[in-house]
Amino acid sequence: MMNADLRRERAAATFQPELLTHILDGGADRTRRRKELEALVINDPDFQHEDLNFLSRSQRYEQAIRKSSLMVMKLREYGIADPEEIYWFKSFVHRGRPEPLDLHLGMFLPTLLTQATPEQQDRFFMPAWNLEIIGTYAQTEMGHGTHLRGLETTATYDPATQEFILNSPTVTSIKWWPGGLGKTSNHAIVLAQLYTQGQCKGLHAFIVPIRQLGTHEPLPGITVGDIGPKFGYDEMDNGYLKMDNFRIPRENMLMKYAQVEPDGTYVKPLSDKLTYGTMVFIRSLIVGDSARSLSRACTIAIRYSAVRHQSELKPGEPEPQILDYQTQQYKLFPLLATAYAFHFVGAYIKDTYRRISGDINEGDLSELPELHALTAGLKAFTSWAANAGIEECRMACGGHGYSRCSGIPDIYVTFTPSCTYEGENTVMMLQTARFLVKSYTQVSSGQRVTGMVSYLNDLSRQRIQPQHVAARTVTVRLNDPVSLVEAYKARAAWFVEAAAKNLEAELHRRSKEDAWNKTSVDLVQASEAHCHYVIVKLFTAKLAEISNAAVRAVLTELCLLYALYGISKNTGDFLQAGILTDAQITQVKQRVKELLAVIRPNAVALVDSFDFHDIHLGSVLGRYDGNVYENMFEWAKKSPLNKTEVHESFHKHLKPMQAKL
Amino acid sequence: AGTPMGWYSQGSALGGVNPDLASERQTPSFSVEKLTALLDGGEENTRIRRAVVEAIESDPVFSRENQYFQSQNEKYEAAVRKAVHLQKKMHEMGWTENGPEFKYIYRALSGEVAFLLHTVFMRSISVLGSDKQITKWIPLATQYQLIGSYAQTELGHGTYLQGLETTAVFDIATQEFILNTPKISAMKWWPGDMGRSATHAVVFAQLDIQGKCYGVHPFIVQIRSLWDHSLCPGITAGDIGPKMNFDHIDNGYLMLQNVRVPRENMLSKFCEVQPDGTYVRRGSQQINYFTMTALRVALISHEAVIPLMKACTIAIRYSVVRRQSKLKPGEEEAKILDFQTQQEKLLPHVAAAYAFHFINNYLEDLFNRGYEEIQRENFDMLPELHAFSSGFKAMVTQYCASAVEACLRACGGHGYSLLSGLPSLCTRILASCIYEGENTILFLQTARFLIKCFMAASAGHPVPPSVTYLAAVKPGKCPAKNKFDFLSPDTYTEAYQHAAVRLISSTAAKLQDLIQSGVKKHDAWNECTVQLVQAVKAHCHYITVKNFAETVERLETKGGIQRIMKHLCDLFALHGIFSNAGVFLHDGYISGAQMDMVTASYLDLLAVIRKDAVPLVDAFDFTDKTLNSALGSYDGQVYQRLYEWAQKSPTNTQMNPAYERYLKPLLHKKLSKL
Repeated sequence: MMNADLRRERAAATFQPELLTHILDGGADRTRRRKELEALVINDPDFQHEDLNFLSRSQRYEQAIRKSSLMVMKLREYGIADPEEIYWFKSFVHRGRPEPLDLHLGMFLPTLLTQATPEQQDRFFMPAWNLEIIGTYAQTEMGHGTHLRGLETTATYDPATQEFILNSPTVTSIKWWPGGLGKTSNHAIVLAQLYTQGQCKGLHAFIVPIRQLGTHEPLPGITVGDIGPKFGYDEMDNGYLKMDNFRIPRENMLMKYAQVEPDGTYVKPLSDKLTYGTMVFIRSLIVGDSARSLSRACTIAIRYSAVRHQSELKPGEPEPQILDYQTQQYKLFPLLATAYAFHFVGAYIKDTYRRISGDINEGDLSELPELHALTAGLKAFTSWAANAGIEECRMACGGHGYSRCSGIPDIYVTFTPSCTYEGENTVMMLQTARFLVKSYTQVSSGQRVTGMVSYLNDLSRQRIQPQHVAARTVTVRLNDPVSLVEAYKARAAWFVEAAAKNLEAELHRRSKEDAWNKTSVDLVQASEAHCHYVIVKLFTAKLAEISNAAVRAVLTELCLLYALYGISKNTGDFLQAGILTDAQITQVKQRVKELLAVIRPNAVALVDSFDFHDIHLGSVLGRYDGNVYENMFEWAKKSPLNKTEVHESFHKHLKPMQAKL
Repeated sequence: AGTPMGWYSQGSALGGVNPDLASERQTPSFSVEKLTALLDGGEENTRIRRAVVEAIESDPVFSRENQYFQSQNEKYEAAVRKAVHLQKKMHEMGWTENGPEFKYIYRALSGEVAFLLHTVFMRSISVLGSDKQITKWIPLATQYQLIGSYAQTELGHGTYLQGLETTAVFDIATQEFILNTPKISAMKWWPGDMGRSATHAVVFAQLDIQGKCYGVHPFIVQIRSLWDHSLCPGITAGDIGPKMNFDHIDNGYLMLQNVRVPRENMLSKFCEVQPDGTYVRRGSQQINYFTMTALRVALISHEAVIPLMKACTIAIRYSVVRRQSKLKPGEEEAKILDFQTQQEKLLPHVAAAYAFHFINNYLEDLFNRGYEEIQRENFDMLPELHAFSSGFKAMVTQYCASAVEACLRACGGHGYSLLSGLPSLCTRILASCIYEGENTILFLQTARFLIKCFMAASAGHPVPPSVTYLAAVKPGKCPAKNKFDFLSPDTYTEAYQHAAVRLISSTAAKLQDLIQSGVKKHDAWNECTVQLVQAVKAHCHYITVKNFAETVERLETKGGIQRIMKHLCDLFALHGIFSNAGVFLHDGYISGAQMDMVTASYLDLLAVIRKDAVPLVDAFDFTDKTLNSALGSYDGQVYQRLYEWAQKSPTNTQMNPAYERYLKPLLHKKLSKL
């Protein structure tokens, strides 16, 4: 039976959640297909198991391996081959959590496809496809992460035997973190500095067997293991790998592009821009992940806030739903709006990437730098925001949010490493900044720029003004998303120009590199402002595509909330840049609070639209039926501490102490 | 004291101090030892603290070596073992609960010990119990003849006490109270030590005498047998399951079905039920609040400031050992602390740790004074104390929680490893934002006080000293002419004061407008709560900045302490303005051009403080065992330690069951048999 509060909430919604679900999925047929796949997994007894919260790390790893093995088999049995469908299936099987074969499926196989020669594909691809070979991708080292050129692992070519000799020369060079490396994989693609004919040729990729086929024991010269417990990722055996004079045949270097000939002659690759492609792809996945993880947390917090009653708003009346408190709405609704905004941004990057990668295959790389710069910044922007947002959601659930039964702790620890992996966020922001400054310089020298940065073209017209471009009098209409996009655009332009000018000023005083470092706080701000503008712009653009009036109305409210809340949190920028006046800021803050009340009746329907199955959500607080308290009690009874009525420590410690005192 | 290595370090065989860390300690601008003494409140305290830490850390029973590899059951058992052993240790060392050593014990154990709620159980009996009840129960509890817990929170009810649903019905015939959990949301949920350990609990329940409800009262209820620890009749109790942290504590649930306790078990210092069912109230209950306020103040240091200091120590030390990318082509990779963005992530938090340390001193003084007044039956200071403890508990825990998380993220991938020590600091400090009062609710309690004082001040009535500034509303502009003017404490303290007054007065005005336009008082309040929270934060921020500046003023100039503290004070203040620019720009108090000066001064300070970053965290004086971090140890042998510790992980020391069961069939293509 559904909790009465939730039933009332759902009856009062002004739109049909299914219609919004279709928009998020990209069409009614996509929703149908997603649910088909979901049902395949959920109704399959093979994929059921005890609540993961009660299992040890070893048990979690074991469950994950068991499910992954079955998953690979069933994907083939059902003939599921579309990448997006595979992604859905996998995320249902593993309930949005990482699994030990992630790197095999997501990095090892694709790298073979894109970087191996036909001969290497013959040798490795089919065995890997059939899981006789399980591989991982070993790039990061203990002492080196985002800055790839700093990696220390060496691969020295020995023409006498036609082999590469792999070494981890220092402690800092031990490969550290790769998923699936610790216990699962028997091969790894290892990134190492190539030495041939006495010269270092930079980083290259090598296929390295690490465990004996058959016994799974590490090969002589290989030290491999698990890096120990982490914040989250319990089911993943992130590993270390140390190599001592380990030899592999020359043919194991991935040689589709660069090559080492038998005598040791090095042949350079044609273009290194191509590697951008994979990075853009993975970062675009993180943007989508930010949206999904934040959506899950919002679903839990908003449903629970509709079920939970606390204190009194008016004397004598029953305790109200905590969702009726303005402070609670103010905590949650901007996050809900953010989750929607990020969904649309994720979809945009995916589409753009798909379009551009078509061009890349035809040799047109012209759009790649901008997309690369944009995804770097958006990856950082969205993962930072989602990370903080998930945590907000947890705290909005009060004490119970801290229990693992709420599911939010798990979402948080699984999501938070995205702020550091695939490019540490600050470094990502600075990459975007480099592109922005470059574009600004182009405009200053009279060239025009295109794409998302085209607003910089307008700056040259303001050049007569001695100060910043500030005080360009945009008439901002607070109820019109399009007008708010202009305000964000003006802010981005103001920040980019300010950072570029500060950089220029520093350049008169010190070296290029010192000047860059001295300006980097400004540069990060400029990137953030740029990304924020892009997000508001994409959200606004999405509204025009929606045909159903009721859905469009509620999304417009969310879009306005997203934009206005962002202004209210960064009032200093808008004031200092002269985009908004004090009076307008006061109006913005007032309007934000009005929107909270407007969105309130649709809050539950808006999270229902995300359409997470209870099993996928993994939360007692966020259950669709809202029967929170009964199920919390049932859940707690299964806790390992409750396995025996009297805990053994009573006999071991408490009892003897009481006897002595 | 010669080389400090012996004191700090676990003296591993990893080969001396990492040169990158050693070079940071060569030329501190101040005396680290003197700063440590300042933090401890005198050299004598430093000596005592180190002796306590030494005694505890050299005792293998208290070892935390396996902390990161233990299951929930193992952690609980270790915490019980430590708590039991601690009794012996205290006796052995001659430490008493009133001695100067006592307050350092918890710090030395990093709080990972059982029976903390037992202490709360005892305190609540001492404060709420009659003399007779105290004489009966306290000796039993002191001797651990029983173990107590404190059962207030319910599944469906937390901070709002009046909403509790557990009932205690008085039965005149048998002179007993009958306790019941009438429905699932009334089940006691969360109390520590209750899931597995406690034999007794102070249970809060709605008192019902002959059909009339008298509100929430405390009752002593036995829940487990003193012989075999089995649950008493009518009691259902157990552990509430895994949490983000606090695995070592058996937070529990408790369901009561017609559990009878004698009339004498209601704690009756302030209220009593007489044998004929007459309800008598006596004395002032205000003292009750004082216990709560005292708890809130006590947790600021232990659960927020010290964890932040630890996180800063780990992140700063790691940031001078970790090298990443090149600042200049041709040079070796730079220490990440030399990147401006990294300095901006970490140094303001170091400054905040000091700012909060000093505000905590200020609060403790205030409380000691308040306590003396209360002993003299003068309760005048209570509202101010209550407002202070609520607002600062909320502000400091909130700030520290996000700062610890920022430290974790500033350590890149390795911060995510439990071995860094940061994830456990992070998940633990998060709970402090909720327990002892959820932060938003606490902010709003302080808001009530501020609004009341503001109204009183506007009407010319006297107000408590900490808020007299509300009366002196002076519109105007910030007088700063160049970036150096922003290094004057008067300039920024006034800016903070101005912002606080503006936010409080404008919200008060809005509240009044709403009420005058006919909106009901409670609705009007709810409509203003978002702004009220902002106003309280501004108030607390102002007091923190002001107190920091005044503390610096009083410091001795010797040993370079005053100079470095002045830099930190400036950084803390300017960081606040830089990151809340809108608040200061809003009414033009600070102009756009002045905001650029703030930014310039702020960024200049980062480079200055950078030089002393390591000595500043060294002064916190944490031993390696206390930090328990592969990234943050004193010798900076980060990578060796990470590698050594990882090899101790059970995932490496035990065989891999998944290989035989799943991987082997998978690799050998016997999938069909799975």
